[in-house]
Amino acid sequence: MGASQSGPVYMFQDLAQKTGFSIEQIKNLHNRFMYLTQDEDTLRRKHLENISNLALNPIRRQIIEAFFDKRNMGEKGKGCLQEIGFEEFVTVLSFFRPPKPRTADEDMKNIKKEKLRFLFNMHDTDNDGIITLDEYRRVVEELLSSYETIGAETAKAISDAAMLEVASVTVGQMGPDEFYEGITFEQFMQILKDVEIETKMNIHFWNLDTRTMQCGK
Amino acid sequence: MFTLFSRLCTRASRRRVSPWALNNSQPLLGAHCWLFEGPHDGRSANVKVKSPHNRFHLIPRLSSIVPESCLLIVVGLLVGGLMKLVGEIPPVLESKIFFLYLLPPIILDAGYFLPIRQFTENLGTILMFAVVGTLWNAFFVGGLLYGVCQLEGHRLVTVDLLSCLLFGSIISAVDPVAVLAVFEEIHINELLHILVFGESLLNDAVTVVLYHLFEEYSSVGSITVMDVFLGIVCFLVVSLGGIVVGAIYGILAAFTSRFTSHTRVIEPLFVFVYSYMAYLSAEVFHLSGIMALIACGAVMRPYVEANISHKSHTTIKYFLKMWSSVSDTLIFIFLGVSTVAGPHEWNWTFVMATLIFCLVARVLGVVGLTFVINKFRIVKLTSKDQFIIAYGGLRGAIAFSLVYLLKTEHFPMRNMFLTAIITVIFFTVFVQGMTIRPLVDLLAVKKKQETKRSINEEIHTQFLDHLLTGIEDICGHYGHHHWKDKLNRFNKKYVKKCLIAGERSKEPQLIAFYHKMEMKQAIELVESGGGAKFPSALPSTVSMQNIQPKKPPQDRALPQLSKAREEEIRKILRTNLQRTRQRLRSYNRHTLVADPYEDGWNEILIKRKKMKELEKKMNNYLTVPAPPPDSPTIARARLASDPQAWGLKSVTESIPTIKVDLASPQSPESVNMVDEFGKKGSQSKASKEEEGGLTMKVPSPTNQRKDKTADEDNDKEPQQRLMRCLSDPGPTAEEEDEDEAFLP
Repeated sequence: MGASQSGPVYMFQDLAQKTGFSIEQIKNLHNRFMYLTQDEDTLRRKHLENISNLALNPIRRQIIEAFFDKRNMGEKGKGCLQEIGFEEFVTVLSFFRPPKPRTADEDMKNIKKEKLRFLFNMHDTDNDGIITLDEYRRVVEELLSSYETIGAETAKAISDAAMLEVASVTVGQMGPDEFYEGITFEQFMQILKDVEIETKMNIHFWNLDTRTMQCGK
Repeated sequence: MFTLFSRLCTRASRRRVSPWALNNSQPLLGAHCWLFEGPHDGRSANVKVKSPHNRFHLIPRLSSIVPESCLLIVVGLLVGGLMKLVGEIPPVLESKIFFLYLLPPIILDAGYFLPIRQFTENLGTILMFAVVGTLWNAFFVGGLLYGVCQLEGHRLVTVDLLSCLLFGSIISAVDPVAVLAVFEEIHINELLHILVFGESLLNDAVTVVLYHLFEEYSSVGSITVMDVFLGIVCFLVVSLGGIVVGAIYGILAAFTSRFTSHTRVIEPLFVFVYSYMAYLSAEVFHLSGIMALIACGAVMRPYVEANISHKSHTTIKYFLKMWSSVSDTLIFIFLGVSTVAGPHEWNWTFVMATLIFCLVARVLGVVGLTFVINKFRIVKLTSKDQFIIAYGGLRGAIAFSLVYLLKTEHFPMRNMFLTAIITVIFFTVFVQGMTIRPLVDLLAVKKKQETKRSINEEIHTQFLDHLLTGIEDICGHYGHHHWKDKLNRFNKKYVKKCLIAGERSKEPQLIAFYHKMEMKQAIELVESGGGAKFPSALPSTVSMQNIQPKKPPQDRALPQLSKAREEEIRKILRTNLQRTRQRLRSYNRHTLVADPYEDGWNEILIKRKKMKELEKKMNNYLTVPAPPPDSPTIARARLASDPQAWGLKSVTESIPTIKVDLASPQSPESVNMVDEFGKKGSQSKASKEEEGGLTMKVPSPTNQRKDKTADEDNDKEPQQRLMRCLSDPGPTAEEEDEDEAFLP
């Protein structure tokens, strides 16, 4: 694995600059990428589905989809890819990089917005820019899917209550005949502004090393 | 060396007096509940005790400047002074009373309401501060004091190194009682609060070990490397042992609470007894009692709360607050009295040196440790945070009691130590305690957010947890989330099944949160007066119909029921409605089948339902936020005991939204009920169109109906009753039969 570092060093440096990871982290991620794809060049959904630990996760489908979602790749595209390369892999993972210690407040706001955008895209599966009631309901159902005894109404009830809350908080006054389409991105940001996404939605990347990855499967 | 080790452990018994030395007539639970003054401030950040009163509220200006602990010490001083004037000998804070009766309630209160999530997220930092920080403080202060003593000459040169180190170890520990008393009032953000508070709790193990190490060594005289090594081993044994003992008792308590559904009255007692036993057991085995108590409270809480009734929960909460308040008050007053009483020996050099070294050591320790810790933290600690952490290192009564336990034969300088400790305590509590609040404002430290947790935040917090675990798995990284997820899964699969009774064991956290929210809203409704207007919790006119997609009515078609089935349903409903009234004839303890809903609640929920009904148009058959249907077990349990949070029911039939209309003209049998319901309810519902068939209207509660009719059934959605009836024939004939008319 160590000898076949296919990417030349400057590609890594490019990526490091673009995503903010260090060269060391990029190298580790590259090793992991190679391990997941079994030394192929591109990552497909089935590679991710093979990870045994991920199978127990209730929202694995959405996580896997997020890797193949064009909206997360930085361009304005919509839709899904069938396979991604290492660059896209790192781009998606860079959403989870902790912000550097001396980041300015403006930058922090942008980082927070990006992370929230990632979350929003995960919920908004039909790419229309709004999280409708159905989509939200599906989110709640997936969250509760690991508990077998949940009936469909419970998920429905919770998602309805949640939507009601969002609507009340963001829109305020609505006549009895108006229809609330769904949660837009601005409203999403507003209701989650207290959750401190920029500090919570992070994982440590410094701990990656190839030995751990061998036993990770 | 093993003799040394064993002697080390046996000495531990002198610190906290062995409980078996007590004569058995003393009750285990500290039952000296002298309610001095009025109710205390809201204790911890987590428990929402309404409208906290200050004891000194008659002097509002004073209480906003001076923290309560200071005022209490002053009161103690006055009392002590008064007693001395009169000629009496003021009582001193006996260590036995302190460690056995006054300290445990405070620690249990802290442990039971410990915010586990923040605590475990910051556990590494807290441990660093508690262990390394305390060690650093102890050696720094002890060593430098020894240097000063040697330099000073004539009076102090007799103080040897070990005594100084012992003194240093006693005074270096941050005191949980003092920290709680001061930090509670300033409402800083949760991170800082948990850091300082967690440190003050966990450094107990370090203090215990150091205290005994030095006490032991000072009689032996010389130290070897082996002894140091043994000291480390001792520390591990003491702390881990304490935690294990606490966890065992916690699990026992959780297991016991699983079976208490028939003895609701004594549920709180189990919590208190097991916790106190954990404390005493740990002390008997010379382990850290404080850590045992914390572990016990933290371990048992999620399971116990799932099992016990709502009233027991309230009881536990208020008893803990009350006891810890009383203890807190007594401790500070006694501290004041003891200051007046205790034998003092003032030595300017020693006392001043102690004070300065303590402050310097604290600042240096915090700064140095933060430098190291920040390399490992995602959320770095800023210098403001560091300042607050350093400034919040208050000393308190534990240090005083420990010094008081020293014997003058071994430590000729004991009185001097006592004076020095009291000075340091006074300084930290008065000066630091008083100035921390304006400093917090000055530095614009982030304060605690008072916002209620919304269901969206809860959903997303859980979503984030799973998301981060998934990403960690993809990266192959066994991080914090991975292990937390594993622990949760283990908990769900094995532990919850053992420790939680009935259906609740399968209830996911989201559902539990949702139920809690429902309850809260219902309570708010009654507190806001209910009835007339919509609850002001959501100050908006958005309601469910704005959100529901407009679907043609046939999507929500009622299933067609045969006539016979209809009749069956109505008969079942009627009999159940009549039977499930429970009148409590006597208030005898033994027949206290806890009334499922008190009047107020029942009415709240009915009103709330009514409000919701009024909002919806008839076409909208969704009932949102609908409490999910009951499972039969839960329904039965509720009839027999206090209301649980509403459990789940697997939907076996596909009739989620049948509403049974007792006012329908098609049902001759239900005529009498129609009248009753019709009389009270239907007028207000005249606006509703009839869909025909089965639609039940919840009768509007009026104040004349102050009974408990149709309690459990009316307040919930009709379909649940229906479901319950259809799948579970309802309460059996053993229930009290109602002789009286259904409605008065």
